[in-house]
Amino acid sequence: MSLISRRSFVSALAALPVLSMLPRPALALSPPAAESLVDKAVAEINQAIAAGGSEAAIIDRFVRIFARYADESYIAAYAMGPAARQASAAQRQAFSQAFRSYITAKYGRRFREFVGGTVTVSRSKAVKTWVEVYAQVNLPGEAPFAVTFYVSDRTGQPLFFNIAVEGVSMLLQEREEIGAMLDQNRGNIDAVIAQLRQAT
Amino acid sequence: MPDRLFRRLLLVSVLFVAACAAPEVTQTINDPYEEQNRAVHEFNKQVTRTVLKPLTAGAGSGDGKPGFVLKTVGNFAGNVDTPRMIVNDILQANPEDAAHNTVRFLINTTFGIAGLFDPATAWGLPERPSDFGETLHVWGAAEGAYVELPIKGPSTSRDTAGMFVDFFLNPLSTVVPAPERYAIPASNIVADMTSLVEYSDSISEVLDSSADSYAQARLLYLQNRRFQLGQSGPAEEEIDPFALDTEGF
Repeated sequence: MSLISRRSFVSALAALPVLSMLPRPALALSPPAAESLVDKAVAEINQAIAAGGSEAAIIDRFVRIFARYADESYIAAYAMGPAARQASAAQRQAFSQAFRSYITAKYGRRFREFVGGTVTVSRSKAVKTWVEVYAQVNLPGEAPFAVTFYVSDRTGQPLFFNIAVEGVSMLLQEREEIGAMLDQNRGNIDAVIAQLRQAT
Repeated sequence: MPDRLFRRLLLVSVLFVAACAAPEVTQTINDPYEEQNRAVHEFNKQVTRTVLKPLTAGAGSGDGKPGFVLKTVGNFAGNVDTPRMIVNDILQANPEDAAHNTVRFLINTTFGIAGLFDPATAWGLPERPSDFGETLHVWGAAEGAYVELPIKGPSTSRDTAGMFVDFFLNPLSTVVPAPERYAIPASNIVADMTSLVEYSDSISEVLDSSADSYAQARLLYLQNRRFQLGQSGPAEEEIDPFALDTEGF
């Protein structure tokens, strides 16, 4: 190793910490942007659970919140899993539609348990290609529990593509469930679509 | 005397489990006893249908919230059970949770009239649950295999070993006189059962409306348990929103 190259090697080493302090290429989605999306969604959720009302009314509000703030096509594609590779365009569309009503009805019903409570956003963190926004649900007389919103701008606008309640991820649970339906129907996607329609 | 022997045997078996299991971050499902587990799951489903549901109908207040009697029984059992959690907090070298649960216990035993009420939660000191399965985790034991236990439901081999130790860990057993003493280990079970009844709507939803309720319950339990123990979240490498073809969905 010549002196010069050794010197440049040493100066490169010395420059490393400086380099790491330089501004990184801007993240596609900033944590504050993700947080403001979740803030908006949470404000609507809080309104919905304060309003209460019949199960149908609460589910209806949930459907609208979901449509506006959730990355529905990603959630549907993720839930279908590897089977999506064999699905035709028509099947994908039909599945997506059936899955949307299935999931909003299912989680809308659970959502009723939050009536009288409040959701508070606490902080957010950039993870890989997305941002995780951490929130807490407070129900009167009960221990608060953690809800995490996973936000990305994959579609060009910030949307959440997953929700985890006390560590239980909706994406993983739904992929497991759709996978079980596919198994029961020997991989027949049309049969699964029919089953999803029946479930709602 | 047999009691003492049993304790020793337990200690030995637990230490054995702890010693042969290397700590690891588990993100996968380890279920070598799936066939037996599924049989237990079917049994548990039957129990839920025939015992839990009628019980809920009687104990609930009708709007999905637990009734007064159920809530009170749950509060009392939970309060008796709290010293056991404090012991685990101490074994885990977690003075903060130990202090938190101690203050909670003092408040609910006094202002809460021997634990019949739970003013501590209302005053911002909700229970910080702790068990010997968690203690084993802190000491370096791995999760082990997934197990579904009769009545109790989802667990792991580590958490099952912990559950047996928890029966003997409540220090109240040393200060409470003989006949009442035997009820103390049951407080853990009673507190568990009241929360089963309390959440029976959600539990029934999973058990009755899932295509594969066994797989749903297994994934639900493991994700939640790993979250409680501070292990990493849902398989993060698997949910990258940019890594999936969503064309047509």
